[in-house]
Amino acid sequence: MSAGSQPALSMRGSLFRKNFITALLLAPAALWLVVFLVLPFVAIAIFSVGERAPEGGYQAALTFAQYANLPARATAFWNTMVLAPAGALACLLVAYPVAYYLALRAPDRWRLILLALIVIPFWTSLLMRTYAWMYILGGRGIPALLAYVGIEDLRLINTPGAVLLGIVYGYLPLMILPIYVSLERLDRRLLEASADLGATPLSTFLGVTLRLSLPGVMTGFSLVMILLLGEYLIPTLLGGGKVFFIGNALVDLFLQSRNWPFGSAIAITLVLVSVVVLTVANRISTRLSGARRVDLI
Amino acid sequence: MTAVPDIEFRAVTKRYGAVTAVSGIDLAIPPSAFVALLGPSGCGKTTCLRMIGGFEQPSEGQVLIRGRDMAGTPPYRRPVNMVFQQYALFPHLDVEENISYGLRQARPRLSSRDISSRAGEALAMVQLAGYGRRKIHELSGGQQQRVALARALVNKPAVLLLDEPLAALDKKLRTDMQIELQNLQREIGITFVLVTHDQEEALSMSDFVCVMNGGRVVQLGQPSEIYDEPADLFVADFVGKTNLLSGKVAGLSGDLADVALADGTVISARKRGPLSRGEAVSVSLRPESLSLSAPGNGSLKGIVRNRIFLGSTAEYAIEVQGIGSLLAKADHVIGQGNLFKPGEPVAIGFAAGAPLAFPGPKNNGTNQREDQHAEILS
Repeated sequence: MSAGSQPALSMRGSLFRKNFITALLLAPAALWLVVFLVLPFVAIAIFSVGERAPEGGYQAALTFAQYANLPARATAFWNTMVLAPAGALACLLVAYPVAYYLALRAPDRWRLILLALIVIPFWTSLLMRTYAWMYILGGRGIPALLAYVGIEDLRLINTPGAVLLGIVYGYLPLMILPIYVSLERLDRRLLEASADLGATPLSTFLGVTLRLSLPGVMTGFSLVMILLLGEYLIPTLLGGGKVFFIGNALVDLFLQSRNWPFGSAIAITLVLVSVVVLTVANRISTRLSGARRVDLI
Repeated sequence: MTAVPDIEFRAVTKRYGAVTAVSGIDLAIPPSAFVALLGPSGCGKTTCLRMIGGFEQPSEGQVLIRGRDMAGTPPYRRPVNMVFQQYALFPHLDVEENISYGLRQARPRLSSRDISSRAGEALAMVQLAGYGRRKIHELSGGQQQRVALARALVNKPAVLLLDEPLAALDKKLRTDMQIELQNLQREIGITFVLVTHDQEEALSMSDFVCVMNGGRVVQLGQPSEIYDEPADLFVADFVGKTNLLSGKVAGLSGDLADVALADGTVISARKRGPLSRGEAVSVSLRPESLSLSAPGNGSLKGIVRNRIFLGSTAEYAIEVQGIGSLLAKADHVIGQGNLFKPGEPVAIGFAAGAPLAFPGPKNNGTNQREDQHAEILS
């Protein structure tokens, strides 16, 4: 062995050590993902091409019958596919002005307090807060008050509107925070430059503020969308079994009728649809904001 | 009839809460001039620029652009454009979109052919032809600077405002841009108002320098006036290098005052401001007005402490007993090995009329020069 190969060897040695340490540090997270994400996903994928055992559960088979049967749950899909984006959109419309005020208009000493006020309700259980809405929207809540002023027979609870309201209420902080962050990072001089170049406040907002906050908007939108696609609690409590989400369908199929293969097929379809929707959303936001590519999910 | 000034300040005061940033400024900026607002940080120069741009409203007084009172006129309706500090280019737009941003805001709308041809001209004007499709983050600092210039000038403003535009560039690039800005101003013929804290930049680029301090205009004049005939001690000290010597008025005759320096030497200085006998004064002596020679003649005697050879000139720090350190600058002529060495005794002379006597002792906010001497001495 020549003397020249000595340093190369030791360098390879240190490189190996470096890689080993990296691997060691990543191992817990990787293990976690494999055990709790990849394996269940594979199991569900296998279930979805199987058959329901006579007594419920799974029985090995290779059939696409479950997927062919998806239209049977079309209502749940429809509700989810309409109400999840609609809910995320409603959230966005409420959240944007709040985030804008917090980031660009609120006095410095108030900003932290206002942010805390938005986040603190999030610390109590969503279940409790949604129960509260049940009473507010229910027969003895707002409808009873409205009856005093002569508006009778108004039905609020167990309607899509109630579900939408619950969604906006429950997920608002998740929408406000990413938008707030992107607006807070916005260079104020860009707004002055825009005004200096003759842009009215409206065109400055559309051409600069909104475009540069799009990554935040898309992050918030994706976050809320993902959670809404699997939402179970709000439709159950505020939709009263009449506004059925895929989440409700899954609970029903896995726990009540024990049709695991059909539930699995629905779950897989839901994942595929989500991936497609979010990829498209991500592409659009990257294109529009012109920023270097940022992956949100 | 005199021409209407492009920019006019009438008794303009700007307060932020209890702080007065600008107090009672009257100023008329003549048309087609390159004007520098010069002063240390916090002197109110940027506030003045922002009031012209419409980003700040005066608390009192009026700002007029080409004779029109701008009170209540928002930035987007003013016939001025600004080159911002660090440029404030739009990161989501490419170079051409940045430049045509202002054109696209014009009402009635310009045709897209007009817009692209004017943007193209502007790009060519700042020597960036062919860079239209580049992203902002792909450009160097100097190129970004040019885009910012083109973005402002393409709108054909009545006045171009420049907020420390060269501060972020390295020295070589800065010198190039200084020349380019001067050329541009002459070519286009509109008024440029430059805010800077760099006195060299102000002197070298502008037709007029407006020296500001503590929210007031201290002196407005051509660069050579500002340098040769500073209105007060602050200007003498802030603009260019100078030696400030403390002394007392020993005698007065017409424009001249005899000043007794700390070591007892009496020199004759031109009066800048009213003086009375016995009053404490500061005498300003520019380094280049000092001449050094072998001991024997000259009014002051000293010992060379340090020498900085700069090629065409040499700077000396000279210790004068009883007075302190003086900075002297001498031309160097090739072939004449007339450099004084550290430790050598020298005689210091100066032309009659070079010393200027200002009322008041030195050191009211004028420590800067002392530091520079200290640097050379160390």
